Amino acid sequence: MCQTCGCTPIPGLEESDREGHDHKHHGESHSHGGDSHGHSDSRMIQLQANLLEKNDALAAENREWLATRKVLAINLVSSPGSGKTTLLERTIRGLAGKVSISVIEGDQATERDAERIRAAGARAVQVNTGAGCHLDAHMVTHALRELDPPPGSLLAIENVGNLVCPALFDLGERLKVIVASVTEGDDKPEKYPHMFRAGGLVLLNKVDLLPHLSFDPQRFTAMAQRTNPELPILPISATAGDGLDAWYSWLQGQMAA
Amino acid sequence: MHELGLTQEVIEIACRKCEGARVRRVVLEVGLLTAVLPDAMLFCFDLCAEGTPLEGAKLDIRQVPGKARCRKCSKDLTLEQPFGNCPCGSLDLEWLSGQELRIVELEVV
Repeated sequence: MCQTCGCTPIPGLEESDREGHDHKHHGESHSHGGDSHGHSDSRMIQLQANLLEKNDALAAENREWLATRKVLAINLVSSPGSGKTTLLERTIRGLAGKVSISVIEGDQATERDAERIRAAGARAVQVNTGAGCHLDAHMVTHALRELDPPPGSLLAIENVGNLVCPALFDLGERLKVIVASVTEGDDKPEKYPHMFRAGGLVLLNKVDLLPHLSFDPQRFTAMAQRTNPELPILPISATAGDGLDAWYSWLQGQMAA
Repeated sequence: MHELGLTQEVIEIACRKCEGARVRRVVLEVGLLTAVLPDAMLFCFDLCAEGTPLEGAKLDIRQVPGKARCRKCSKDLTLEQPFGNCPCGSLDLEWLSGQELRIVELEVV
């Protein structure tokens, strides 16, 4: 007996033949396609359950929590070694006395980056993701409670170095800042289009090294804007200081917005 | 490997919704424009399902093609990757499908 509607099998048909049958029943005609219709002893439960629903709900709570405290949160994403932590150290020192900054540091292991941030003069919470390749909204919820960033401050969330997975997971930030560096290939935007599509700003770091490299900034810009036509790109060097005033102005503009 | 976390999420949602029944099949829609590999989810699924009402269940993944509409000339396009140009030259596309990442239905016994 078909448990979906209680009909009895058509005589002579094997159990396996009954999937995908059409029949009339109670005066109504309906069909059971093999894909949507289970076996005779089973039933289907219809869902429209988004796999990111739980993360997105927590991210929305984080966003609201940050908004009520007027804290600007940015999610720094990049490949490993692009200079995210160096940029944060430099930014903390460069904006000392003007902007209060706290940092959530995401790495698979070690407390090292949080120690570097504290040495630069900001408060930091380290989140170790273990086997995880990205931060998620739940980790950030806990880190926020622990860090308790003061009203009107800047919260930088340094994600795990990875240009794939963090693109998918909203943390509750205002926007994602992609740190790309000229020691990587200039075709990164087309290789990692999800991230460049999700970004709100690109900082193109280590530009002081350009004379020694074959990196083509115009090619990089064209590819980045092909994935995301509105994406602004600021060339900087976190060590030599190029472009940092423009980065600080951008940050302060976002804080005022 | 965010597919591992997403597969665990599939198991968690299915366990919550299966009303105590055994799950024989999970039908999942994965858009072609998401950064999610169906093969990686299939690879994780059996392991994640062990010891749950989904043990031995089949993960049936339906891939949803990427469709977009040009905001400039309103032409509909198919996207193979998460970016593209309209023949009119515009890069400004509104995505219509291809970002799905959801459980559509469960077959339970």
